[in-house]
Amino acid sequence: MLSFILRRLLVAIPTILILIVISFVMMFAAPGGPFNSERPLPPEVMANIEARYGLDQPYLVQIFTYVKNIVLHFDFGPSFRLRDYSVTELIAQGFPVTLTYGFWAFLIAVVLGVALGVLAAIRHNTWVDYLATGSAIGASVLPNFVLAPILVLVFTLWLGWLPGGGWNGGQWQYIILPVIALATTYLAAIARITRSSMLEVMNSNFIRTARAKGLPMRRIILRHALKPAMLPVLSYLGPAFVAMITGSVVIDVFFSTGGIGQYFVNSALNRDYSVIMGVTILVGVLTILFNLVVDILYAWIDPKIRY
Amino acid sequence: MAPLLEVEDLRVTFTTGDGAVNAVNGVSFALREGETLAIVGESGSGKSQTAYAAMGLLARNGRATGTVRYGGRNLLELPQRELNKVRSEEIAMIFQDPMTSLNPYIRVSDQMAEVLMLHKGQSKRQAVAEAARMLDAVRIPDARARIGMYPHEFSGGMRQRIMIAMALLCRPKLLIADEPTTALDVTVQAQIMKLLADIKRDLGTAMILITHDLGVVAGSSDRTLVMYGGQIMEEGTTDAIFATPTHPYTLGLLSAVPRIDREDEELLTIAGEPPDMSRLPPGCPFFPRCAFARPENATLRPPLVTLPDGRRRACHVPVEEILARHEAAQ
Amino acid sequence: MAFHDPTADALQAPARPDKGRSLWTDARRRFFRNKAATVSLIALVLIALFAFFGQFLSPFDGETVDFTLIGVNATQGVPSFETGHYFGTDQEGRDLYARTVQGTRLSLLIGLVGSLVAVVVGTLYGATSGYVGGRTDNAMMRIVDVLMSIPFMFVLILLLVMFGRSLLMLFIGIGLISWLSMARIARGQTLSIKNKEFVEAAVATGVRPLTIILRHIVPNLLGVVIVYATLLIPEMIIYESFISFLGLGVQEPNTSLGALISRGASQLGNGVPWQLGFPLFFFVVMLFAFFFVGDGLRDAIDPKDR
Repeated sequence: MLSFILRRLLVAIPTILILIVISFVMMFAAPGGPFNSERPLPPEVMANIEARYGLDQPYLVQIFTYVKNIVLHFDFGPSFRLRDYSVTELIAQGFPVTLTYGFWAFLIAVVLGVALGVLAAIRHNTWVDYLATGSAIGASVLPNFVLAPILVLVFTLWLGWLPGGGWNGGQWQYIILPVIALATTYLAAIARITRSSMLEVMNSNFIRTARAKGLPMRRIILRHALKPAMLPVLSYLGPAFVAMITGSVVIDVFFSTGGIGQYFVNSALNRDYSVIMGVTILVGVLTILFNLVVDILYAWIDPKIRY
Repeated sequence: MAPLLEVEDLRVTFTTGDGAVNAVNGVSFALREGETLAIVGESGSGKSQTAYAAMGLLARNGRATGTVRYGGRNLLELPQRELNKVRSEEIAMIFQDPMTSLNPYIRVSDQMAEVLMLHKGQSKRQAVAEAARMLDAVRIPDARARIGMYPHEFSGGMRQRIMIAMALLCRPKLLIADEPTTALDVTVQAQIMKLLADIKRDLGTAMILITHDLGVVAGSSDRTLVMYGGQIMEEGTTDAIFATPTHPYTLGLLSAVPRIDREDEELLTIAGEPPDMSRLPPGCPFFPRCAFARPENATLRPPLVTLPDGRRRACHVPVEEILARHEAAQ
Repeated sequence: MAFHDPTADALQAPARPDKGRSLWTDARRRFFRNKAATVSLIALVLIALFAFFGQFLSPFDGETVDFTLIGVNATQGVPSFETGHYFGTDQEGRDLYARTVQGTRLSLLIGLVGSLVAVVVGTLYGATSGYVGGRTDNAMMRIVDVLMSIPFMFVLILLLVMFGRSLLMLFIGIGLISWLSMARIARGQTLSIKNKEFVEAAVATGVRPLTIILRHIVPNLLGVVIVYATLLIPEMIIYESFISFLGLGVQEPNTSLGALISRGASQLGNGVPWQLGFPLFFFVVMLFAFFFVGDGLRDAIDPKDR
């Protein structure tokens, strides 16, 4: 098992490095890039950057310095637009916010999605199934930037129950709508995947054996069916994670949470390259690490996978 | 003495998108303690569904009517909790495909132990120890060491042995074997049949052996029941069925068995296709493929008649005519 | 018979063999038996008509600003047939009907272009990878894996920021993402096709690999490719709308449904629900319709895949 993890890490690390290098190269390739901007940078920022990136050095040395700073010091360099801020500082401000509601959204999507899917499968072709499947189809087609305004329309403007934006130090009222807006689509997708894989597993021969053994239904579902039914869900979690991180940008912007997505979009509008790159690299690293965790879980569940 | 298992007018119907499929149509038979009954027929003859119905294992869209009497109770009407006690403790079952019938994600030890923990209230440690003894008994080499493995680490024959060991854990009175050797190599088939015979000898377990292969039936069953189109065509002692088949379908099945002593004879198969169970003809289900068929058989269903010697058959053709053909073929 | 490839025949001769024809007739029958899919297909046709010819039904264009309406949008810009502003106006006093037509058109185009790129690039890439096999296959699929594990929306935004937010860049960016999953699907199908007799026959008679891929593999992928291309369209539309919602996509005066929804959402508190409602309606209907048509096509063409 340990060597399996190590081998996966061995693939993950170069991928991360490639991601960093590509972002850096793109920055140079960009017409009107940061270093030959048509709108000159403030001289003190420019000096900062020149010192940081060693612009008088050859490209290769520059790339090496950039990568080295990130890997060793988690240092993405200074912001190009916001004076006195480094990218790392901006990330440190926004990331905890996004992480908080993102964590709850992910947890809810997985737990509730799996529960709903299992319920629909064991109540196959009853109203529970039809209701769950129907709403899951509906929800999985709706992107969060459609859901978020609708939620605000209903819960903030009509009912007045919850605030339609802001963060306020992460009080629970402020977390609820972002969590729902972010989780719903993926909850629905997970429910659908769980349902169909659960149905397939419940029709398999080894479940028939379990029934012939006189096991109670509860045990058959929990002990015999759930694990194999989780495999397709698990392979969806990687893409779902990426999609949720991406979706959090919309949530941050729409609900003005002060999360990392807001910095990202503002930087994109202001062409603040170092922040965009920093966030992109951070997200890439998170994704790669998450996929690593999924791979390990997969190997743990399925005994047929040889490490 | 009352029979161990008594099936009366069992009918199984599946509702599908294309209408009702009648898989079993009024099957009745009885089984004494310690007896082995072979149920023989082509795929789709309803032989497996008969067993599944008795065990309450029908697919979701299947319904069974009639009675399956065991220990004075009708299994078809038993509440789930009671039925779960019967399964494993009284009646156990093994299946055709040992490759997929064990849960690939759970260790063999856990799959076996849970039976004893649940039905006998044993501790995990006790249960695993007993399971290992049972694996020994079905001649799995190095059972104590290998019991912690996953099913995919065993060969097909070994997996069927594990299935058998798991079925025997609670010492059931009846073991239903659904095509236990079909998915296995020929040499392994013989070993498994030998194992089943040993179990019967040592434990006195009654068996229902479901198979499409008359060759499997010959040495291993007391009585044979031939099914076609969800109905009983013929039933009798296995010796009698082999010596004097009284049904054209049995005759056909017998000629499909390769025989070592008759090299010159070409292997006969029964022409035609098994019937469409959603549209059974009103008459004899075997009529379209029967070599003895007469026009009136198409509309008149032959009743299951008990002959003086205790055999039962459902056929319009006189016994003598079929026997004459059988002897001519010998 | 073993050396017969029905699709190859169909490509050479205009008349398909009977078997091939009945396959597609069968698929069509199955498709139209699916009510949701049929209704959705009609809805899509109507939306397409709306997107490409809708502007002729209105006296207004989407760019003219009516200064008399600015600031009194909530009371004066209400949807009405009398004023000719069927869908009302936005906060700049522009006709929302014309804007919606324009936005729907752009969203549809993005979906179609993205899907087209996926079909061409993805199918060829996947078919080549699957057909060649071995190390090449491994390497090619590893690349797809790596690319897929990168959060593409961020890279796309990075691209848009660096190379300027033009429509062309948006099309290129969407196209870059879209082919990945198609390549995987095409590869999987190719693996199962490449061992069929007609391919082996072609190999045995010395047909060049490229010709085999184009003449024998790709036509047999068609069914699956069509299904996934249909399901890709709404995905691409969502991508574009996502970016436009953030204000990083299409630029004024051009617009897309995502941009319209974004503006509508930001005006929610001002009592102009139509500004969100109409674009949202077309967006949601379009997504659902594509989804059901794709689903229906899958059932019709590839029934085993359920």
